[in-house]
Amino acid sequence: MSKFKLVINDEKLEVEADPNMPLLWVLRDKLKLTGTKFGCGIAQCGACTVHIDGNAIRSCVLPISAVSGDVTTIEGLADGGNLHPLQEAWIEHDVPQCGYCQAGQIMTAASLLASNPQPSDSEIDAALAGNYCRCGTYIRIRKAVHTAASYYNADRGAQS
Amino acid sequence: MSGVRLNRRNLLKVSALAGGGLMLEMTLPAATAAEDSSTLVRSKELNVYVQIAPDGQITIFSSNPEMGQGIKTSLPMIIAEEMGAKWEDVQVLDAPIDGSKFGMQGAGGSTSIPRNFDTMRRMGATAREMLIGAAALLMEVERDGLEARDSLVVHQSGESRTFGQLAALAAEQPVPDPEQLSFKDPRSYTIIGTSVGGVDNLVIATGQSQFGIDVDLPDMKYASYTRCPQVGGKAISFNEAEIKGMAGITDAFILEPDERSGKASMAFLEGMAVLRGGVAIVGDDTWSVFQAKNKLKINWDESSASHDSWSQMISRARQIAGEGGGEVRLANGQVDSALTNSDNQQIESFYQFPYVAHICMEPMNCTAHFKKAVAGQPDSMDIWIGSQFPPQVKEIAESLLGIAPENVTVHALRLGGGFGRRAVHDFAAEVIAISGRVSAPVKLTWTRTDDIHNDFFRAGGFENMKAAIDPNGQLAAWDQHYIGFNYNGRKAIGSGLAGNEFSMTALDTARVTQTMMDIDTPCGAWRAPGSNTNAFVEQSFIHELALLAGRDHLEFLIELMGSRRWVDEGNVNSLNTGRAIDVIKLAAEKADWGKTMPPGKAQGLSFYFCHAAHVAEIAEVSVDADRNFEVEKVTVAVDVGPIINMSGAISQVQGSVIDGLSTMALQQITMENGVIEQNNFDQYPVMRIASTPQVDVHFIQSDYTSTGLGEPALPPLAPAVTNAIFAATGVRIRSMPLSEQGFKLV
Ligand code: FES
Ligand code: FES
Repeated sequence: MSKFKLVINDEKLEVEADPNMPLLWVLRDKLKLTGTKFGCGIAQCGACTVHIDGNAIRSCVLPISAVSGDVTTIEGLADGGNLHPLQEAWIEHDVPQCGYCQAGQIMTAASLLASNPQPSDSEIDAALAGNYCRCGTYIRIRKAVHTAASYYNADRGAQS
Repeated sequence: MSGVRLNRRNLLKVSALAGGGLMLEMTLPAATAAEDSSTLVRSKELNVYVQIAPDGQITIFSSNPEMGQGIKTSLPMIIAEEMGAKWEDVQVLDAPIDGSKFGMQGAGGSTSIPRNFDTMRRMGATAREMLIGAAALLMEVERDGLEARDSLVVHQSGESRTFGQLAALAAEQPVPDPEQLSFKDPRSYTIIGTSVGGVDNLVIATGQSQFGIDVDLPDMKYASYTRCPQVGGKAISFNEAEIKGMAGITDAFILEPDERSGKASMAFLEGMAVLRGGVAIVGDDTWSVFQAKNKLKINWDESSASHDSWSQMISRARQIAGEGGGEVRLANGQVDSALTNSDNQQIESFYQFPYVAHICMEPMNCTAHFKKAVAGQPDSMDIWIGSQFPPQVKEIAESLLGIAPENVTVHALRLGGGFGRRAVHDFAAEVIAISGRVSAPVKLTWTRTDDIHNDFFRAGGFENMKAAIDPNGQLAAWDQHYIGFNYNGRKAIGSGLAGNEFSMTALDTARVTQTMMDIDTPCGAWRAPGSNTNAFVEQSFIHELALLAGRDHLEFLIELMGSRRWVDEGNVNSLNTGRAIDVIKLAAEKADWGKTMPPGKAQGLSFYFCHAAHVAEIAEVSVDADRNFEVEKVTVAVDVGPIINMSGAISQVQGSVIDGLSTMALQQITMENGVIEQNNFDQYPVMRIASTPQVDVHFIQSDYTSTGLGEPALPPLAPAVTNAIFAATGVRIRSMPLSEQGFKLV
């Protein structure tokens, strides 16, 4: 067991864990942030996607000792009371079915939009290639990412 | 005041809400569904609760498990519509699991909508009539001039009262006679048929949704469970000291196999959820118990384990197909003479489909808290589970630990996918036994490998098809030999023909036989059981016949349907050839069937009837010289009666098409000597977003009863795709998945 200092969703905290424990299980079992999901444990399905310094990573294969930046999970994606544009678009397009994969889909899409505010279909497909959805919500996922991109750009326009 | 009325239709209780509001509670005998392999639910009765608070908030309690099929949104829409509520004023809360109040709370077989439509409508109409009664008193007007809409009761003079203002007085109104209730004209619907977003979308999009796997309790322990890789083996001993010495591990022990947990009051579950022998590991977090699981060294007793081998099943089935025979399920007309008549053309084709797994995105898990009897209190248990039939786990607690059902509290959580898998509670049996042993709250989570290995698979199978085409290019005889499996001493769910299929009901000269082989590999219901495989065979073979006859596939398929009729006269759950023809024609029209396409591209057609739904699909594929294929577009025409939630309905159809494509293109489970050979998603892939076709969905909203849409759009997909691949390449695919036939989905 070792102690790790982390910044998760803008909050500084300390957690005691085996250095090899993947970030996923630290989040879920130790910090009770259960929005991040377990699907496969081998970086195949994307259910466990979180951000480290804004980049989407598979938390099921990242040991806690290797976490080297600020962590954002689905619980921290909204900016205070304001939903992230992707979350708004997800609701607007009625994307979820069972909902289990959706946090991972949204987190992956969020890091895409941060680096590419106007992605094409094929850029969306490439970014989301690692996120499975057994319920088959891919069509609405694509639409929602496009819609979110338009909100995202409108917001950024308003701020600048 | 509180009034109770009992009659043929319902038992209705009205009460005043604390703080002055209306609470309606209604118990209705729901329609009893026929119990066959395609219909999972036999519902006894269900309760519906609706509350109207003085501030106008309308609360509807949803008692059906939500697994992505949208029932938690669509059923309340029906109540709100008939009541005259504004959808924005409605909140939907989960009803507690309580057999005495809510009856059988279950989901399966696409039956939730047909079972509950009338119930919901009556509930809404009852509330509406009581609100109108209250408005008549308050406004001192005749009822006749009053109408409920937008959460208001409006008088023809223009005067109105809100539902909130009326709620308290409404609670004192006489309950309308159910026989006298009138219902809205569907043409005036303002909620039913519109697109309404899922009521849980916000909590899902923000990561707040509670699935079974998210349960967290004070002092909760985490568990893993390891069964024999050879299905049905039991543990004799294991490296106990080493495992118990590992960091984060608090206990480890063997569980003996136990048949008792297989006992189930629902016939189709009988014998399924038996506790399998294995090793339980209990510890401080999920990762520690998974780590320890990887270090297990177990001596197994495999004397009664499965020796099933997929490759042997294939050779045996080919042999059986050659020998012919089998149990005769149907014998209409002179099949043999048509098959041997030298004026006719004959054809024989052997089809094969593999076992597949459910792979719900949320691996199986369950949490149980056993509390030993103290101070006059009996033994009790709390169980947290995402399940298609949550109350059933009480039976398991009773059979394994002797806890009386009234002392078991079930907490039903959202399901991260069901598809039939979460109808069987073998994983619940494991954690019930583990918690009983350690007397603590324990969450059991399966690894993905556990989830795949310990599935109740869709049964693989084979069909040997023969037919004759007469000199006029018409079907002269159909001869179908289904070679499937018995599991647990009876027909495996989804194996064999149910009896309502096209070939079993609609043909004049047809023979259907069935040979079942015994297996030990567990099989269960998998999204559209039976239909999802038989559709591939039936609709591919019909395309083969059309080609043999030199006919256009569309024209041939419509001709086969014959005159417009219910094939089982008077049974609205049977195939209606008129509805079939209509969806086939609509799909053809929307897809521009027969249009000229460049080389390497083609269309494929299919139709399938199941779950009282009529669905036609046309796939457009392109195939390159290396057999990389892309499904560019799928046009779907569906008749499931009036659509409740258009957004949910389209989502179900699109999801079914994608799920169907993923399965037929990529997935198979194989086993050798009883061991399942696929371990995780690297060996059992799921289709990725880039392969997603455009899916155009068209509904024929016929006047028949609304029926469910969670399953029936899946079966026609596979044959539509393989028929299109044939049209593009001349290669007939008679075995799934396509990845095994050299065709790669891009
Ligand atoms: S759980 Fe991490 S990718 Fe599947
Ligand atoms: S919504 Fe169910 S897995 Fe994606």
